[in-house]
Amino acid sequence: MPDKPKITPKVAIFATCINDVMFPETVIATVQLLERLGCTVEFPVEQSCCGQMFTNTGYFREGLGCVRSYVEAFSGYEYIVGPSGSCVTAVRDQHPMLAAQSGDAGLAAAVDDVVRHSYELTEFLCDVLEVEDVGAVFAHKVTYHLTCHSLRFARLGERPLRLMSKVRGLELIELEGFDQCCGFGGTFCVKNPDVSADMASCKAGYAVDTGAEYLVSLDNACLLNIGGVLHRAGSSLKPIHLAEILACGEGGL
Amino acid sequence: MSDNRDKEQGLGNESSAGAGGGAGAGLGVGTGTVASTHQRRTPAPPAGRLIDSPPFPAAAARLIGNQTLRANMRHATHTIRAKRAKVAAELPNWEQLRQAGAQIKDRLGRHLDYYLEQLEANLIANGAQVHWAADADEANRIIIELVKAQDVDEVVKIKSMVTQEIEMNEALEAAGIAAWETDLAELIVQLGHDRPSNILVPAIHRNRDEVREIFLREMKLYGKPAPEDLDNEPAHLAAAARAHLREKFLRAKVAISGANFCVADTGTLVIVESEGNGRMCLTLPDVLISVTGIEKLVPTVEDLEVMLQLLPRSSTGERMNPYTSMWTGVTPGDGPQEVHVVLLDNGRSRVLADPEGRAALRCIRCAACMHSCPVYERVGGHAYGSVYPGPIGAILSPQLRGINDAVDKSLPFASTLCGACAEVCPVKIPIPDILVHLRHRIVEEVKRKHLGLERFLMGVAGWAMARGRRFGRLGKLAGVARRLTGREYLRRLPGPAHNWTRARDLRMPPKQSFRSWWKKEHG
Repeated sequence: MPDKPKITPKVAIFATCINDVMFPETVIATVQLLERLGCTVEFPVEQSCCGQMFTNTGYFREGLGCVRSYVEAFSGYEYIVGPSGSCVTAVRDQHPMLAAQSGDAGLAAAVDDVVRHSYELTEFLCDVLEVEDVGAVFAHKVTYHLTCHSLRFARLGERPLRLMSKVRGLELIELEGFDQCCGFGGTFCVKNPDVSADMASCKAGYAVDTGAEYLVSLDNACLLNIGGVLHRAGSSLKPIHLAEILACGEGGL
Repeated sequence: MSDNRDKEQGLGNESSAGAGGGAGAGLGVGTGTVASTHQRRTPAPPAGRLIDSPPFPAAAARLIGNQTLRANMRHATHTIRAKRAKVAAELPNWEQLRQAGAQIKDRLGRHLDYYLEQLEANLIANGAQVHWAADADEANRIIIELVKAQDVDEVVKIKSMVTQEIEMNEALEAAGIAAWETDLAELIVQLGHDRPSNILVPAIHRNRDEVREIFLREMKLYGKPAPEDLDNEPAHLAAAARAHLREKFLRAKVAISGANFCVADTGTLVIVESEGNGRMCLTLPDVLISVTGIEKLVPTVEDLEVMLQLLPRSSTGERMNPYTSMWTGVTPGDGPQEVHVVLLDNGRSRVLADPEGRAALRCIRCAACMHSCPVYERVGGHAYGSVYPGPIGAILSPQLRGINDAVDKSLPFASTLCGACAEVCPVKIPIPDILVHLRHRIVEEVKRKHLGLERFLMGVAGWAMARGRRFGRLGKLAGVARRLTGREYLRRLPGPAHNWTRARDLRMPPKQSFRSWWKKEHG
């Protein structure tokens, strides 16, 4: 029997720009999963992006619009949930810094408030709903890439593994160097293309070596990078976001 | 973005580490700067100045294709990384030690003027002589004068990063003084006409076959030759080095060292090392000159309790380093009878003045960040064009040297911000945060001067992302692009974006965004 959620609150979904445009299936799966667990899901349309592409490249002022749109979209929500360790980390770790640098005290206060209510998906499932078995069925061999931002910044710890361990039929194969960066690094991949490509190839190689059917992670940006290498190599290994696995019921994908 | 042209020219044109020139040599830094007007006493390092090195992406593109270097680096970094993780995990209070280490160094920074004067007073009270140097030139002038006053033309050296930073060996060489490196790895680097590629393991880029070759070729030119039948066994290589160095130890009147720590409240200097060469330098010669950056102080002797646990476990992955030498001025009848300490600024005050960047001065030079870095592991230290490579180098070198040259403007971008470095740093330097801070400083500087493609694109994207509805409307263009190309993946993108498609395909967005789906389903 799937775990019964401790609460079933109203949730504002933070789609993130890359998922909204490039990976809508991940956000749709997140919505379906949360609704299946009894939550009421809303999508505030004023949201855009976490802004880390700007911040991490040194363009603080250009990223400020993202900070403002996040506040505008999500102020007042108790639970804001995004299917990305990286984007949620950018909101929590960088928005306060950007707001402080802007000198806008009102914005800084609003950011502090909204940031406290922002959760990465597996945090929300494990810590707020207090569920591990979400009733998912996924009868496939998968291997798991811990993304840097999930591991070292969002500090998700064992949460993703706990959730995966309760998925019916799922066989997890350990990935060599699972905690090593895939080399994407935002604009790093175009500013330092040789090193980035080498890291991505290395990661893709280890993933293929597992013999898994799916490469699962919590950040689609990393999967875009590794997946690009896999596609070029003609590999049958398919990148997939964990939300899509957790949303799978009987009947599978 | 102009870096890419340089890089493509450099692709695949280096297949092995040149034995004599070293992996760091000839990175397009020009030639002919090594003076040839006098007979050199010591092996010449690669031509050119580090500060003139090419930007990181170009250097990395050349070095990443060097398979020998790759294999050497991967083996060494993975070995030492695992050792560090094991011994750090042994201590139940490791996180508290890291916290204490950070706080000790922060306290030092807050009251640096006080602790420096306290150190000076205690050194003088214990018979040492103190010299202040604002920059590398002043430090080298002081050191040369001190050596010349002894009427000698050679010194023995303990491995020291700060003497690398001020390029002391070459300054001494130009003054007719031979500085002999006595640390095994530094000896390999010196005899190899090379530069260190790691602050802890200077010859980490060399394997034992290369070391054997260097010893056989070079030792005979500078002292006791290597045995003719020398093989690549580490013990035999070490024995050859020991024999070569012994005559230099016994002859030396003057030794030069750095310092791992300088204790302000006692006037004690500390050197930690593994080989005993440091102990020889600190005890045999009559005169000892120690050069140290002003950030190397700790306020009290109790602080060493923390630092001497953090440093060996983080650096060599040992519970305790084999040799810890401490000396407080002059001890009559025991060891050097003339002790000098040169306190060096060389940009440190400027770093301390930057609230966001100053945590870089906490660094105790353990190299754990390098050994954990997936970028450093692939290209080695020479790609960084600075004495301090790897993650700490990427935040420290540009700050110390000032962000003026091409290499220093590239270093803060030489990271994926994966955070592996900050996780292992024994003094909790927030390296990714400081990288981002320095990127911001560089971008602001560029903005003052010209427009540029990147700035234009960031400006447009920033405008597009500033309003959710605007972003939603523009996002529909992605779906249009998909319909027009009719393809799920693109194999080649134009312009700088080809940096992505050179190695990987680009997944195209689906025809319908999430936003459109939501509007249809819930709107």
